[in-house]
Amino acid sequence: MSKTTTIKKGLDIKLVGEAEKTITEIHAKHVALKPTDFTGVFPKLLVKEGDKIKAGSPVFFDKYRDNIVFTSPVSGIITEIRRGAKRKLLEIRIDADDTNESIDFGSADPKSLDKESVSEKLLKSGLWSLIKQRPYSVIANPNDQPKSIHISGFDNGPLGPDYDFILHGKGEDFQAGLDVLKHLTQGEVNLNVHADHTKTKVLLSSKNVNINSIKGKYPSGMIGPQLAALDPMNKGEIVWTVNVQDVVTIGRLFLSGKINSEKLIAITGSEVLKPRYIKTNYGVCLSDVLKDNVSDADKRFISGNVLTGSQVEENGYLGWYDNQITVIPEGTESRFIGWITPNLDLFSFSKSMFSWLTPNKKYTLTTNMNGGERAFVMTGQFEKIFPFDIYPMQLIKAVMAEDIDMMEQLGIYEVEAEDFALLEFISTSKIEIQSIMADGLEFLRKELS
Amino acid sequence: MKALKNYLDKVRPNFQKGGKFEYLHSTFDAFDTFLFVPGHVTKKGSHIRDGIDLKRTMFMVVMAVMPAMFFGMWNVGHLHFLNINETATFMETFFYGFLKVVPLVIVAYVAGLGVEFIFAQLRGHDVNEGFLVSGILIPLIVPVSTPLWMVAVATIFAVIIGKEVFGGTGMNIVNPALLARAFLFFAYPSNMSGDKVWIAEQVDGTSGATPLGHLLTATEKADLNALPSVMESFIGTIPGSVGETSTLAILLGGAFLLITGIASWRVMLSVFAGGYAMGLLFNVIDANVYMGIPAHMHLVIGGFAFGAVFMATDPVTAAQTNTGKYIYGMLIGVMAVLIRVVNPAYPEGMMLAILLLNVFAPTIDYYVVQSNIKRRLKRLNKVTAS
Repeated sequence: MSKTTTIKKGLDIKLVGEAEKTITEIHAKHVALKPTDFTGVFPKLLVKEGDKIKAGSPVFFDKYRDNIVFTSPVSGIITEIRRGAKRKLLEIRIDADDTNESIDFGSADPKSLDKESVSEKLLKSGLWSLIKQRPYSVIANPNDQPKSIHISGFDNGPLGPDYDFILHGKGEDFQAGLDVLKHLTQGEVNLNVHADHTKTKVLLSSKNVNINSIKGKYPSGMIGPQLAALDPMNKGEIVWTVNVQDVVTIGRLFLSGKINSEKLIAITGSEVLKPRYIKTNYGVCLSDVLKDNVSDADKRFISGNVLTGSQVEENGYLGWYDNQITVIPEGTESRFIGWITPNLDLFSFSKSMFSWLTPNKKYTLTTNMNGGERAFVMTGQFEKIFPFDIYPMQLIKAVMAEDIDMMEQLGIYEVEAEDFALLEFISTSKIEIQSIMADGLEFLRKELS
Repeated sequence: MKALKNYLDKVRPNFQKGGKFEYLHSTFDAFDTFLFVPGHVTKKGSHIRDGIDLKRTMFMVVMAVMPAMFFGMWNVGHLHFLNINETATFMETFFYGFLKVVPLVIVAYVAGLGVEFIFAQLRGHDVNEGFLVSGILIPLIVPVSTPLWMVAVATIFAVIIGKEVFGGTGMNIVNPALLARAFLFFAYPSNMSGDKVWIAEQVDGTSGATPLGHLLTATEKADLNALPSVMESFIGTIPGSVGETSTLAILLGGAFLLITGIASWRVMLSVFAGGYAMGLLFNVIDANVYMGIPAHMHLVIGGFAFGAVFMATDPVTAAQTNTGKYIYGMLIGVMAVLIRVVNPAYPEGMMLAILLLNVFAPTIDYYVVQSNIKRRLKRLNKVTAS
């Protein structure tokens, strides 16, 4: 274990509704693949409604990179193909059957393979989609040479799942996954764990990796700040990232030859009656796992956490990369002269309210904006919690101005949109920073490709 | 509360697109959001948001200005009764000043907000809260005897030329309140300086000079003894613009702004440090009587403290990088003392120093950001070379 790296800047937001460490098994009856989960992918369908498929059957592929195939996590029938405006593909819904049959891709000890065969198996099985790249947060390109691969072993986002708990007992699969990934880079596979909270041997005793010990508040669990502290990215470099639970899924594919799409997710949030862990499948329908477990209030369902997750409907589906569902109240109540009142139920990073006096209090926060959108006024806010050697406001302004030179000079390749979630949260001017950055990164990717 | 909310909900459609009073949308929205923080929910990005917003921030700045304002009101009365050789009770003194200062405040707000409302409506934007602060600052940096029409004209000038022309709150280059003051200073100099404007209803023949005014006629070291004492200047029972005299009251407000984290301690500290250092330097050189003004005296006379705490710290017009803020603050303090000493007893040195640095703040930031850019480039070159 190398020395501990401290990420000094950050903020832990403590919310009501942390998942209890109990597991309920709910095998998914309804599943969907959402092409919208994948940035920069232009989906072309390979199935139609009524088709019977197995786990691992290709469902759609990327028009511009036709070796990137997306496969079904379960066996069953394609029930509905939902499209949105301009026939944009939104969801491919699948009803799972009880057989849980998977296509056999052939098992093999990852250590005995080489990069070619490893890549081929990942691409054919559809699990290549679990490997993303920085910059741009798109699915990795099999032809690239990444300088390293990074896996974050902990999630300290609001109500984030405990990966120590999730990975318990999965050491063999996890190690196999690591061995697979080792083939994909000439650099190192890095596993970033929390110095104090990561205790599981599954992570700490893994081989064939470089284990980095990290200390610090959120977003120290995210790859962006970890890279900034360990090995900042430069223009032209590529780093691949895989979610720590997805490494297990990859390992299972190679050890058994089949797709096992089981994953543990945390259902969290103040509107969940019994927050807990559910053993279910990738892409599960929320109503399958939240049945009779939510309050009657006007609620927002989020696949992911409250800062970076996406809003889904009550019977929407879990995002491909998400390991958490959060349910919070909608904040449609207006407050009488709310900008003067003490607002003891609101949380603020600033000292303009009283939340700084009770740092351990857990809040039930709603989706209220708490103010109108304004131009940038306050300065120095972002620098306090942005754990990068980057001037955040100047970078955001360069993105808004579509000034590519300035974006590059200020470090656009080191960040992704989700790294700005905390800044968006504390912004006094309520600026929509994440969507500005996401649009900017897409703009940059298209301009330079 | 419920009745009020229901009424607003009922009336709101009239002011929205297609409604009868659509042209008054921004105005209605301003009052609507003043009374109720709306129940708007997040649509993109982070689903939860911090409880703070710009209205709350501005409100806290206005609160921080209150000690200086209330003391200023009392001081107006105090100097008046001193001047006419009468005694009065505390309440009489305060009330006298209150009646003299409130019209200034009302005129500044009405003129400024009027312009803001019109521009917001023309642009189809929300009315921004920036003027809530400028509106309370302008009356406090003018002599109490300033004619009300002058305050109105200066405010309108400052809001239009200083702010709206650039795009409104968050886009201005110079501090709007200081721009109003500069307008008055250059357009109506006789109303802004001398020894007849600082005391309300001044008796003919008496002198009501500010400390800097006294210094204008100083020629030798002994003249410095005619200045009010440091303690008097610190507490503020001296002539000056309405809110600028009491360093104590200003520092109370400053402490509030620092504790709540709204104002930058980097700017405040650097301004005081820069001014003090320059004062000390002049004390050492000691070539004329002005250089002999004790360094700490500079911090309590004139508009130095008020400028340091409430004007230089305006986040939009100050340097926006942390390193830049040190440089910006230092230079303001240095320039203010420089102007006072080298341009003997020239008043409004602080105002001019801040306006100058407002213009140079982007340049300071540019060089600070450049060092970050160079660091990144060096890292890239090291990697591509190896």
